[in-house]
Amino acid sequence: MRFTKDHEWVAVEGDIATVGITAYAAEQLGDVVFVEVPEVGKTVKQGDGLAVVESVKAASDVYAPVSGEVVEANAALGDAPETVNAVPETGGWFAKLKLSNPSEVEALMDRDAYEAFLGTL
Amino acid sequence: MSMNSVGRPTRPETANDTVDTHATLTGARGLLQDEALIFERDGWHKTGVDLPEASAPADDLNSLLRTAPIGLPGLSEPEVVRHYVRLSQKNHAIDLALYPLGSCTMKHNPRLNEKMARLPGFADIHPLQPQSTVQGALELMDRLAHWLKTLTGMPAVALTPKAGAHGEMCGMLAIRAAHEAKGQGHRKTVLAPTSAHGTNPATAAFVGYTVVEIAQTADGRVDLADLESKLGDHVAAIMVTNPNTCGLFERDVVEIARLTHAAGAYFYCDGANFNAIVGRVRPGDLGVDAMHINLHKTFSTPHGGGGPGAGPVVLSEALAPFAPTPWLVHGEDGFALVEHAGEAGAETAFGRMSAFHGQMGMYTRAYAYMLSHGADGLRQVAEDAVLNANYLKARLSDVMSPAFPDGPCMHEALFDDSWLEGTGVTTLDFAKAMIDEGFHPMTMYFPLVVHGAMLIEPTETESKQELDRFVVALRALAHAAKSGDVERFKGAPYHAPMRRLDETLAARKPRLRWKPVAEAPLAAE
Amino acid sequence: MRYLPLTPDDRAEMLGVIGVDSIDALFVDVPTSARRAGTVDLPLHAGELEVEREMAALARRNRSAGEGSFFCGAGAYRHHVPATVDHIIQRSEFLTSYTPYQPEIAQGTLQVLFEFQTQVAALTGMEVANASLYDGSTAAAEAVMMATRVTRRNKAVMSGGVHPHYVETIDTLAHAAGVATQRLAVAIDAEDAVIAAIDADTACVVVQTPNVFGTATDVTRIAAAAQAAGALLIVVTTEVVSLGLLKSPGEMGADIVVAEGQSIGNGLNFGGPYVGLFACKEKYIRQAPGRLCGETVDADGRRGFVLTLSTREQHIRRDKATSNICTNSGLCALAFSIHMSLLGEVGLRQLAAINHEKARALRDALAAIPGVEILTSRFFNEFAIRVPGKAAELVETLAGQGIIAGVPFSRLDAHAGLDDVLLVAATETTLDIDITFFAKVLAKVIAQ
Repeated sequence: MRFTKDHEWVAVEGDIATVGITAYAAEQLGDVVFVEVPEVGKTVKQGDGLAVVESVKAASDVYAPVSGEVVEANAALGDAPETVNAVPETGGWFAKLKLSNPSEVEALMDRDAYEAFLGTL
Repeated sequence: MSMNSVGRPTRPETANDTVDTHATLTGARGLLQDEALIFERDGWHKTGVDLPEASAPADDLNSLLRTAPIGLPGLSEPEVVRHYVRLSQKNHAIDLALYPLGSCTMKHNPRLNEKMARLPGFADIHPLQPQSTVQGALELMDRLAHWLKTLTGMPAVALTPKAGAHGEMCGMLAIRAAHEAKGQGHRKTVLAPTSAHGTNPATAAFVGYTVVEIAQTADGRVDLADLESKLGDHVAAIMVTNPNTCGLFERDVVEIARLTHAAGAYFYCDGANFNAIVGRVRPGDLGVDAMHINLHKTFSTPHGGGGPGAGPVVLSEALAPFAPTPWLVHGEDGFALVEHAGEAGAETAFGRMSAFHGQMGMYTRAYAYMLSHGADGLRQVAEDAVLNANYLKARLSDVMSPAFPDGPCMHEALFDDSWLEGTGVTTLDFAKAMIDEGFHPMTMYFPLVVHGAMLIEPTETESKQELDRFVVALRALAHAAKSGDVERFKGAPYHAPMRRLDETLAARKPRLRWKPVAEAPLAAE
Repeated sequence: MRYLPLTPDDRAEMLGVIGVDSIDALFVDVPTSARRAGTVDLPLHAGELEVEREMAALARRNRSAGEGSFFCGAGAYRHHVPATVDHIIQRSEFLTSYTPYQPEIAQGTLQVLFEFQTQVAALTGMEVANASLYDGSTAAAEAVMMATRVTRRNKAVMSGGVHPHYVETIDTLAHAAGVATQRLAVAIDAEDAVIAAIDADTACVVVQTPNVFGTATDVTRIAAAAQAAGALLIVVTTEVVSLGLLKSPGEMGADIVVAEGQSIGNGLNFGGPYVGLFACKEKYIRQAPGRLCGETVDADGRRGFVLTLSTREQHIRRDKATSNICTNSGLCALAFSIHMSLLGEVGLRQLAAINHEKARALRDALAAIPGVEILTSRFFNEFAIRVPGKAAELVETLAGQGIIAGVPFSRLDAHAGLDDVLLVAATETTLDIDITFFAKVLAKVIAQ
């Protein structure tokens, strides 16, 4: 699992990357009440808006940590947005991307580096 | 992910209530009834009006006629009166106590204004009856315009916008039209400080502009260097609130205007806080090109639980030609309205903000209020509003932490939450505990530039005695928070018509209406 | 000054607590060039008596609708509002409260909004409604903007029956936002003409029923055509009393319904404040403008109400908000809701039936006058007539004889070539004698 400074995580299997937000981000957001997941087929570049996650008093954009095409979105979050709070780094995933530039993954932080980064905030 | 959480809890925490609530058997709380919805009272075949039956069926409308039930309950008059009076008792209001919401100017609403607005000559006239039959109404609009222009030192005013945000839209559309007329339609950027009301960026984006934020200095004002670096020939306007949302006067406002004009852009001023300077400072002397005036703030038309308001916009010479219709003109036979953009007399108008001529009911109230105060009274309004705010700031600064301790504030005093650090009490908890003490909380978590903001605006209509009562309550609460009495805050309010409400549940499972098919009661997750 | 509680002694004492020697010291941040020493050039303060005299003098120079024969409609209607309504909206707790941001001490306002939203949804035949917008025209402009967000298309088609003020209001905002609009030729009975104008770029079609000429239309076919092309149908209604008699827009397939709610609970007030009703299909709610009130529970598990789904709104979403609206028409919505609670379904249907009956009686009386042609065939309480010469001049002539005869169409649109068209409306407040008198005088004026 790799991480961005914007608190997204990405887990790669083959050429498919699963994307979500970190436990730290979910904690910062507070109770998640709505998630807008991307449509399948949408193509994103690294850093583009991929999804929107809302708490009662804030709406935050989730950026694509890597470039690719959306092949699946987590529809279950529609009825159960609280999943993002409960299990942000597993069942609370947002979308799966077919990687268009796999080398982007290597440049992201590993967990130790991300933990160290959190220590600086 | 973009992090813009305001750190405000949105559901009750499970607190071990130290208050023995003695739950009642009916759900009532003393005189406060547990009032059912009108849809839950079996009024499907009742009515509270006596009307004659129509004598003939509407057979000329055959296929257009309703066949299915509408689903609207009715009640007899006594039941209706009781329903709404019971509901009213669950509201706080200015008429009960201080309502210190920063940025909202919750001042006393004189009942004379209500009486005047209800004169049949104002309340019972149609916007499209012949203009010869409404000369008094047109003259009132003209006089109101004269007062607004004189108080602001501006040459023109568009009366029709229906609220502050609508006024912002009007001002920005005038700016856009002025740019287009000069071949400057390529200017697509609007600058606004980080401390701006949300309506500013929302309005600019709504009418097709891209919003860029201007930084704020450590003393709570526009960062001139940052402004200068962001100005250019792509900028259409800046939107600055003055006094700003931190309750401070923008000292460099004249320089802000100069820089803006030098870059070929216009200066839109959000006039939400005009109450602080009315009669003492004219925005026209500061270089402002457009400013809306909330009649429901500065000129005391009642807020009514969220409206209606009115947001006339004063305009500079440069923008005046583009004001929306209708335009009030002085004709040979008295006053007349030019009602369509492009027609003789309003060739350059940018369009129309809404049907008809704006919020006449608010014009009458505001004009009655202006006449009552006069030029001298309005000046005193600004002075007392500023005096009251500074008095609160002085009396609370040793127990709470003012966000900008140096120098005076204007009409509102801003505190941050650093004084609550380590107490386990949040800004929200503190606000809810104020409810138990009989006060409406101040504006919380706004402006966003201050952590855990608490923005207190007393207005000029609070007596010193009421301010002192408020100070005593706040000091006692501050002491309680700092001495570890966390329970008092976490579970608050205990004594309001409702305990703390679960906003998270409301947003996760939206129920926006009553439904005829019984739904399972919502329960906390 | 009677509204200012501070005494000179209070002020002196407070300045001492603050630690400054004069009020001027608190205005120290104002540039010296902008500090005004004296009062501006306006009259000084006045007592209640003086204010009342001045205001009454202005009011007397207006001819109020209640003074006699009166037939204006065109988006604002004179109905009887029960005394209870105005009494309750003047209660301190409703009149002098703010937007219900602290729900624990605003349950009165919030429960009213929840009931209002339910009433509006039922009346329009839609799934959900918001807590009100400024008025019908601005609600229509908001609906068009919402349709562009939902469909991600950029063109609005408006029928020739939409109130011209509404068209201008929509056009003004759409032009600024870069949304294309196409308004079809003004027509007394041609709402269906929008079907031919729908194409792959159409975000929405806007039709009005009853339209500005009073024509009531079944929009079912339009709804089907719009939706088949991926566009939304926006239905505008300026006279909501009609919904007591006519099939609701929701039943006919509308996606968004906007209406002027002034007829219920609110006076004419020379055009404002009014109350904009906004209802839509539930699946579009996250794109809707304005406030929404929703049900929840409190810490004790008791039912209560809060403002919800606020992430759509300007105070949170800022430049990405669905609308810039903040203040709406809360007190006018309360008046609407009280009046509707008094009427109920029984009363509303009766009221609508009487309105329709009065309008038919008016039509019959006017149709009998040589030179008058009735132009609207399917109407609720308003219709268009053709008169000899210019309608605007005729209205002025009749005003001199104590009759407010209606709205000349030329006042709404001077370029439609309909200078001889007059819009006339009747409501439950219209007496038979008003109709007789109007017909008699009109016949005489035309004959001269």
